[in-house]
Amino acid sequence: MNKAGERLYNGVVKENPTFVLMLGMCPTLAVTTSAINGLGMGLTTMVVLALSNLIISLLRNIIPDRVRIPGFIVIIASFVTAVQLMLEAYLPSLNKSLGVYIPLIVVNCIILGRAESYAYSNPAIPSLFDGIGMGLGFTFALTCIGLVRELLGAGDIFGVHILPDFIEPIRIFGQAPGAFFVLAALVALQNYVKEKRKNAGRDYEKIGSGCSEDCMNCKEKGCSRRFYDETAADAPDTGKGRNGAVSDREDK
Amino acid sequence: MSELFKVSSNPHIRSKVATNGLMLAVVIALMPAAGFGIYNFGPRALAVMMVTMASTVLTEYFFGLYTKKLTITDLSAVVTGLLLALNLPVSIPLWMAAVGGIFAILAVKMLFGGLGQNFMNPALAARCFLLISFPTAMTAFDCDAYTGATPLAMLKAGEPVNLLDMVVGRTAGTIGETSVIAIAVGACLLLLLGVIDLRIPGSYIVTFVLFAGLFGGYGFNPSYLAAQLSGGGLMLGAFFMATDYVTRPITIRGQYVFGITLGLLTGIFRIFGPGAEGVSYAIILGNLLVPLIEKWTMPTAFGHRKGGKRHEK
Repeated sequence: MNKAGERLYNGVVKENPTFVLMLGMCPTLAVTTSAINGLGMGLTTMVVLALSNLIISLLRNIIPDRVRIPGFIVIIASFVTAVQLMLEAYLPSLNKSLGVYIPLIVVNCIILGRAESYAYSNPAIPSLFDGIGMGLGFTFALTCIGLVRELLGAGDIFGVHILPDFIEPIRIFGQAPGAFFVLAALVALQNYVKEKRKNAGRDYEKIGSGCSEDCMNCKEKGCSRRFYDETAADAPDTGKGRNGAVSDREDK
Repeated sequence: MSELFKVSSNPHIRSKVATNGLMLAVVIALMPAAGFGIYNFGPRALAVMMVTMASTVLTEYFFGLYTKKLTITDLSAVVTGLLLALNLPVSIPLWMAAVGGIFAILAVKMLFGGLGQNFMNPALAARCFLLISFPTAMTAFDCDAYTGATPLAMLKAGEPVNLLDMVVGRTAGTIGETSVIAIAVGACLLLLLGVIDLRIPGSYIVTFVLFAGLFGGYGFNPSYLAAQLSGGGLMLGAFFMATDYVTRPITIRGQYVFGITLGLLTGIFRIFGPGAEGVSYAIILGNLLVPLIEKWTMPTAFGHRKGGKRHEK
């Protein structure tokens, strides 16, 4: 599989930000009251994610290590502002229903997480596709959650009423507790499916796309940050202390 | 419950008390309240009970088939179903009652590991789930026998209530909560059998009475306090649901703390909250605090200093 396709597959399936990495829970739980809201939020985030990944990757040799987080924030915030102005101009109803969660994309941990763990240490094109893949995965997850919640909580699908009238919608699914129920059920479902297919020989191991600091579950044997096995003690210290940059910096 | 879960050194205490015996005692103790509910609201009340019990038992049965661990004989699903029915208005559509039963067993109990692992009372959690999901159906207390508001709602609105009717149970309300006498008969049975004790119900009710007297706006007016006590689900909750073995603290001091917490929460919900009733929310919120209460009130083991360290020589 080529690099771009691999990044897309990784973002949507292997490291789906919502179902696998459990990142960005705040918008996931708050805006998914309907499928259209989930789709809008996901696509908006995807645009910001892809563009900020691209720019951060291009600027990765210019931004000094010590101020990289403020640097990321400035780049992300610029894109969020631009996207919000576009939404206000062209999709005012979506902008209104997503409300404060659009400006809050600035502090979305998926975007900061991908910037830190992938874009800052990888070339531009894979970073762009990493952003698109992660954004698609986020969009897919949010739309799924929104679909289920809208169907159960209001009897609609994409705003079209489909449940017969004698079935009263279960309103709790349109409220905050319902978001937790649906998220948990969908995560359980995808784990179940993955487990079955893994037993049938499919590979669902995460691609080493950055350090999650979870060395116990990390498959990367050559990583110099490994601290719990003997080989780690013998491995030469590369002197780079920054998270995640050591193992998969390919271009330097 | 025949497996050995934990092996420790002897001496072991032997007991003939088993889960299904306790659960059977609770079912029998609930019979007066259930019977009065059927007498009071008509045969539809029986139908609601049948539906909730069938849905809880079947859910547990199918979950047990799936996980190959049948726990249905411990009768706890029957208790959950019956308690849930007693907490529903008689006019509720039967499919909603069934959804509540499935939610109670599947989401609250079995997914957390079955009986003994549920973090809140399944019947009350299902009641709150239904209350949030179907607010109109869950608060429609109009039926053939009674129309109009529950005594608690009238009390909150400042209207006069008939105290005798409230004690006997000839009022609108959920199926099992109306009759103080029927609940008291069942509670006495459980107290005599030693299934429950008065620590939680006593501290709960005393705290609530003090709170209502101080903040209710009528002072310690006996008829107001008696109406607050016999209205709504307070009695049913205090004796049958706050005392649930799984979701109450195991330490004795903790049980008093738990009862006082419930009394305060119920008082706050009833007097300062928008609704007239607050027992179910108070109890499930109290259930969530149980781990903290237990941690705080855990007694010091013999030979240990307070704070958990062993005495040094």
